[in-house]
Amino acid sequence: MNLDKFSYDNKLPRLFAIACIFWGATGMLLGVIAAFQLAFPILNFSEYFPHLTFGRLRPVHTNAVIFAFVGNAIFTGVYYSIPRLLKTPMWSEKLGKIHFWGWQFIIVCAAVSLLMGFTTGKEYAELEWPIDIMITLIWVVFGFNMFGTILTRRERHLYVAIWFFIGSWVTVALLHIVNSFEIPVSFMKSYSWYAGVQDALVQWWYGHNAVAFFLTTPFLGLMYYFLPKAADRPVYSYRLSIVHFWSLIFLYIWAGPHHLLYTALPDWAQSLGTVFSIMLILPSWGGMLNGLFTLRGAWDKVREDPVLKFFVVAVTCYGMSTFEGPMMSLKNVNAISHYSDWTVAHVHIGALGWNGFLAFGMMYWLIPRLYKTKLYSVKLASTHFWIGTLGILLYAIPMYWSAFRSYFMMKAFTPEGQLQYEFIDIVQTIIPFYIMRAVGGTIFLIGVFIMIYNLIKTAKAGVFQTQEDAEAAPLTKAYRAPSNAIWHSFLERKPLLLLTLSLLVVGIGGIVEMVPTFLVKENIPTISSVKPYSPLELQGRDIYIREGCYNCHSQMIRPFRYEVKRYGEYSKAGEYVYDHPFQWGSKRTGPDLARIGGKYGDAWHFNHMLEPTSMAPGSIMPSYPSLFENNIEINSTRSKIHAMRKMGVPYPDGYEAIANNDLQKQAKEIAYKLKKDNDISIPNNKEILAIIAYLQRVGKDIKLEKH
Amino acid sequence: MKFSTYLEKISGVSVYPLISLLMFVAFFAIVTIWMYSINKTEIERIEKLPLEGNED
Repeated sequence: MNLDKFSYDNKLPRLFAIACIFWGATGMLLGVIAAFQLAFPILNFSEYFPHLTFGRLRPVHTNAVIFAFVGNAIFTGVYYSIPRLLKTPMWSEKLGKIHFWGWQFIIVCAAVSLLMGFTTGKEYAELEWPIDIMITLIWVVFGFNMFGTILTRRERHLYVAIWFFIGSWVTVALLHIVNSFEIPVSFMKSYSWYAGVQDALVQWWYGHNAVAFFLTTPFLGLMYYFLPKAADRPVYSYRLSIVHFWSLIFLYIWAGPHHLLYTALPDWAQSLGTVFSIMLILPSWGGMLNGLFTLRGAWDKVREDPVLKFFVVAVTCYGMSTFEGPMMSLKNVNAISHYSDWTVAHVHIGALGWNGFLAFGMMYWLIPRLYKTKLYSVKLASTHFWIGTLGILLYAIPMYWSAFRSYFMMKAFTPEGQLQYEFIDIVQTIIPFYIMRAVGGTIFLIGVFIMIYNLIKTAKAGVFQTQEDAEAAPLTKAYRAPSNAIWHSFLERKPLLLLTLSLLVVGIGGIVEMVPTFLVKENIPTISSVKPYSPLELQGRDIYIREGCYNCHSQMIRPFRYEVKRYGEYSKAGEYVYDHPFQWGSKRTGPDLARIGGKYGDAWHFNHMLEPTSMAPGSIMPSYPSLFENNIEINSTRSKIHAMRKMGVPYPDGYEAIANNDLQKQAKEIAYKLKKDNDISIPNNKEILAIIAYLQRVGKDIKLEKH
Repeated sequence: MKFSTYLEKISGVSVYPLISLLMFVAFFAIVTIWMYSINKTEIERIEKLPLEGNED
């Protein structure tokens, strides 16, 4: 038999690995800073750098960790494992390079634009439309390269890790495109195509599956490749891994609505999300056990090999968060966990434990091999392992504690039927937990720096192997599958069929949830008093989005006694029909704002934005002095109103031409009232007037209806 | 007002979760049958694919 000679490229895996570690450290550092900002608001430095306030920094942290750290970790593993599993080099080195540099360019653009306040206001999909387009292009480049490699392979069978990569690729493409439908109003500003309830459903269909198909399934691919490799034994059950794959991708896509329990989302969609979330326990735990059982009879190795230590904790954290997630999807549990620090703890068990530790284990395994040497210090790696584990615990435990504490305080009533605690009292008792969490994060980050030192030393001790020679027989065209493997051979020979099937499987879930929700549009009773935002309010709303207020404030009151009493009448689906994008939020570090309109006077908001503690002593909100200096961007009003009209918001015909007259009139009125009632002087064109106008409008339409 | 009251206009909305469940059970059954149809020696070969090149 003729053997082809070829070589595996190590340059791209190395580049991706370096990027992964670099962005990982950066993203985690930003997380630590953001965590300290919550405990010590002075660290927002908003007088000097309005770009570094929590509301802008937090999206940079989340995007950096998800797309830069985890993204580059995935690509490291893909570019290393796929050629070796398929016995062929990557299809195109050039496409690989475009992929690498394109992705890093996107990361830089993302970080800069988010800090500058360019955001769509949809969590984990904050990037504005030009960057969304770049992501699409680079993702296609990656896909071409991956499928090119698969189609020119020398190993007929696609190992299960590759299935996970294919499933992830196609689903992320689908999610990204559907969720990013937006109408540009200018370079770097757009409005979500969907509004209110629909926007929420699409966003969390996306948001949940970004967790599923970016943070989970590709990493399962890495687990199925690197865990057996590091343990030097095959996976416990290959059959189980196949069931794991298909049931996981089938179920995951349905679970998004569990992020919207007790909101204005239709009940049936909420229930669907809950049911599928509970079912998810089975494949997730099947996969976790498959990973852990792979180490059967090799636990003595785990004691000595830091790589396996990291993998064991990573897989255990995967098991923990995939049990916790479904539990949080139960409505009674969700009542406690939603909007609270519990969610934050939950995602960090996943991000620090599962993604972090799996990536670290992979690096400790990979870097010595790329440099053909031994790890510089096994002891340091073990130290990193213990420090990292401690960091995770110190991060998560205070957050769980704080979640329960705030829940019990939120719902405490006096015997007279009054709320026992003000929101600010609760914030104050939570601050020590924020400090502990920030310390936990710092400890975790110190571990990462130890790893960086260890890996640099390792690289210096070895010689980088730019490529690795290999040989294998080409695939024969006249292959006939064994007669007892009909099903199997059918799929193994057709990777494109696998792709199509994956798309179909994830498509079903999406369609069943989306189609009725778009039908719901016709079924949401139009609340006659709900009117489009005035031009000034719209501008104010865009400032609200720009400053990332949604990172700490929800606009969705759930139908609970303790929420209605605290915030006002619970939210209705019909109230959000003009909200492009929706701003329901997912975390209440500050109080809900769905009924903030009219709750305080204009002067209260004015002073509160300038110095939050002056109005709410003990507040941890950053101050926003720049709002008092920046002028309202009246040049954009026309295109904004035009875009809204295009999406069906009922402004009168030709209103865009005269909208600024109304804007200026309303701004003048607010400034005049501030002067008259409170002796506050502010020019008529400052952003603070727009944000006051917006906040005074939020949630008032329904109150008007009552009169 | 409860949302379910006006959602009733989507005829038979309660059937969605049921259809979804049935679809999944059918799908799961097919995958399981398919998995057991794979020949054992082939599985043993495939599951060793990542181990190629492990010299240590």
